[in-house]
This record gives sequence, structure tokens and C-alpha cells, in this order.
Amino acid sequence: MTANPTSLKRTPLHAVHVAAGAKMVPFGGWDMPVQYTGIIEEHRCVRSAVGLFDISHMGEFEVRGSGALAAVQTLTTNDASALAIGQVQYSLLCYPEGGMVDDLTLYRLADDHYMLTVNASNIEKDWAWVTENGRGGGWTNMSEATGLIAVQGPRAEGLVQRLADKDVTRVPYYHFASGTVAGVPCLISRTGYTGEDGFELYAPAEGSSGLWHALMDAGKGDGIQPIGLGARDTLRLEMKFALYGNDIDETTNPLEAGLGWVVKPAKGEFIGRAAIEAVRSAGVKRKLVGFEMAQRAVARHGYRLLKNGDPVGVVTSGSFSPSLERCIGMGYVRADLAAIGTEVDVDIRGKAERARVAKTPFVPSHAKKL
Amino acid sequence: MANIPADLRYTKEHEWAKLEGDKARIGITAFAQEQLGDVVFVELPKAGTKVTAMKTFGVVESVKAVSDLFAPLSGEVVEINAELPKKPEVVNADPYGKGWMIVVKLADTKEWGGLMSAADYEKLVAAAGH
Repeated sequence: MTANPTSLKRTPLHAVHVAAGAKMVPFGGWDMPVQYTGIIEEHRCVRSAVGLFDISHMGEFEVRGSGALAAVQTLTTNDASALAIGQVQYSLLCYPEGGMVDDLTLYRLADDHYMLTVNASNIEKDWAWVTENGRGGGWTNMSEATGLIAVQGPRAEGLVQRLADKDVTRVPYYHFASGTVAGVPCLISRTGYTGEDGFELYAPAEGSSGLWHALMDAGKGDGIQPIGLGARDTLRLEMKFALYGNDIDETTNPLEAGLGWVVKPAKGEFIGRAAIEAVRSAGVKRKLVGFEMAQRAVARHGYRLLKNGDPVGVVTSGSFSPSLERCIGMGYVRADLAAIGTEVDVDIRGKAERARVAKTPFVPSHAKKL
Repeated sequence: MANIPADLRYTKEHEWAKLEGDKARIGITAFAQEQLGDVVFVELPKAGTKVTAMKTFGVVESVKAVSDLFAPLSGEVVEINAELPKKPEVVNADPYGKGWMIVVKLADTKEWGGLMSAADYEKLVAAAGH
């Protein structure tokens, strides 16, 4: 209630959420739906049927030209030269010191033409960063012109297929196709942030409310529901997907965050490479782990992790898991305490609550690996 | 309209109190549970604990948030709702009924007069944007 609502940005679907009775909250400078009916119900809808998310607040930058690949290679940690046209890659922007500017997905749209999808709260920072440090390419900020709707859940594929003008069942995980959905031109991307199969549909901003309503109507028989940011958070936490600003930020390096798999020093020089390689040689001092609470006690961002009363780390995310009906979380612990099964305590309002380092993802992923 | 029973008294922190002789039953309001969303954990004091008006006596956690519980009245906790640890969701489903939290034997019955009436509480909720 402290933020001035008029200063918050709105997605092209803002009026749709308000009309649907969503509870709106400020998130990263945006007025966003946190829930419609309830976080637990929405979470279960995505795990068992299909849910619709407005993630139009996320940013999209395009880079093209003969210097586009070189610019992307300098900026990002993963190896963009390995991408085929139609393929998507998870990657990171890092500072020279090895901390993270942001995490992102990289799309190869055509020869010499890429798109980076970045976190909503980082759009301005990232735009300044990529245009300053990736000068070899021609950059366009498409964030405001682009609507983005995620369709996630076991019934997502069938729903999108019924409305699409091409066979989306043939689009593998982390690939995309161009086509129309409900007559709206879309980049149909088999990606997501839930651990379920599904798509993220990039559409022109002005077409996104038509697309939203068409999906809601066509999904009625599937039990479709709109899903707020609250359930988006519990869904991603069950998969141990990092959230920038919570689990990763400018003070965390990719290796301690468990993101070494998207750091490819063999590709050549990139920003942060030397610092990350120095961490690799020295060994990480702390690791991002998942943990389960012994009792119903919710570990929240910033709570201390203890071992025999001594501080050994910090909680970065925590919630009740609707799938497991237990409290789960993520946090950085001293590297010698990161093994699965290790017992630590969480300092919850001065009380040491027992937690155990858990195997992650907490629930099996159903993302379709073709 | 907001669900605010006329026979209860309220705090600005969104607790309700119901007078039962020299005791009061205490919980959180329908507005409070709506704002919190799905309640997943309620931490209550043990019977015998002394609570003080407008000091915290426990904690309610929803999926998204943690919120302190404030005692509307001073006194000794004589009963707690033993169902809540097992079924915290009844706070959402029935905040004025099965979702009650504690019963306090009042130290000073005059404190009752200092609580908000249903009409005053309704104004407070309306001012919060509902």
C-alpha cells in the first residue's frame, strides 16, 4: 500500500486481471496479479491441468547484424554458437567480477538475429548493460511491444495445438516455432518456469488480450485457470529454479548457484570469465541447496541457516510446497554442508527449526524432453 | 460487503474478539485472511501464557507472507485451538468460527470498551481499499 499505484507499469493484460478479480500487487515496478482464487488451488491447477500466466512484464531485446553473435558471446556465459535457428538456450549476463547482472533465455531467430528474454525488474539495467558492452550488434528493445503468455501444465500441449496453425507437438523442449495461435501471430516457445510441459507465447502487445481470452475459452473443458505470481513462485521453487533478486544477484557467482552448466569457458572470452574460472580453481565456498523443513515452519528470504547454533548460510527462498504439503526452501550453505541429507537449522524468529538438505527438484519435472 | 459480525469487537491489526463471560475468544477477521491468502501455519502460545493488549501473541503464515498476531485484550491464555496446527486452512474457510485461535481470561474487562465496534472496523477496512 506504500507504492503509488500510478507509478507502477501495467502489462497489456492489466485490465483483464482486474476484471477477473485478481489481487494486484507491486512486483519489480509492475502492478501484477499475485493470485486469482488462491495460490494453492492455482498451483495444483498447473500441476494437474493447465494454467495461464501473464508474464508480459518480462523484457525482450533483439540483436541483429553481422556482429550479433559476437556481441552475444561477449555478454553471455553459455555458448551461443551452439544454437540452431529455432533453438533456445538458458544463459547468464555476468559482471567482470563474476556476479550476475541477470539470467535470461536466448533465442536464435535467424542467421545473425537473436532475442534475449530478461527479468522484468532488470529491463533498464540490462538494456544499459547490453548496449554498452555488446556494441557490435544492432539492438532493439521490444519489451513494450511484446506480450508474453505462458501456458503450462499437462493439458497445455493439447490446448495450444487446437488453436495453432501448425503442429506444435513437434516443437521440442527449448525450441520454438513461428505461427499463429487463435489467429494471433506468435513465437511459440516450448519453455517455462514451472516444471510442467507447456509453451510461452510471445505475441504483439495489442494481440495479447485476444490471445488470452481465446486460450481461456478453449481451455474451459481442460479446467484452465489464470495463475498469479504467487503460484508461479511456488511452482518454480519446487523445481529449484533460481529467481533473480532472491536466489541469484550481483553478489552470487554462477558456480555457487549451481549454474556452472551454462558457463562455457571453452567458447572463448566473455565478461566475467576470468573471475568465474578463478572461483572454479579455488573451489566454491558456499552452494545453493534445496532443503525441506521438518515441521510446518516457513523459512523466508534472508533467514539465517545454522549448524549447532553457528551461522553457516542464508535462506534465499522459502514457502509451503502445495505438491508436497511440506515447507521447502533454497539457500546458500557452506560447501561442506551441501550434501543431500545434511541437517541444518533455520533461525525462524529466534527459534532453531530443523531442516534437511534435499534432493532437487523437489518434485519430478514433467517438462517434455523430446 | 465485507463480512464483519456486529456482535464482535475488532483491532486495527485485524483481529476480532468475542466476549464470553470473563473471557474472550480471539481470531483474525475475514478481511485479514483474504489479505494473507492461503494460511499454512499458525503459531500460538501455550495455555497459561500471559498476553498483553496490542502486543504480539503469535504468528500466522500464509504461502506468501508472515504476519504477527496482536492480542486485542490482556490476560491469561486458557484455551488454544488445537485443530489449527493440523488444519490451518480453517482460518481461511471459517475465520470467525472454526478458525478461532485462543481464549483469554481477561485481566481487565474495561479493555473491552477500547476495542473497535463492527461499524468502526468496517470503516477501517473500507479505507484500506475494500
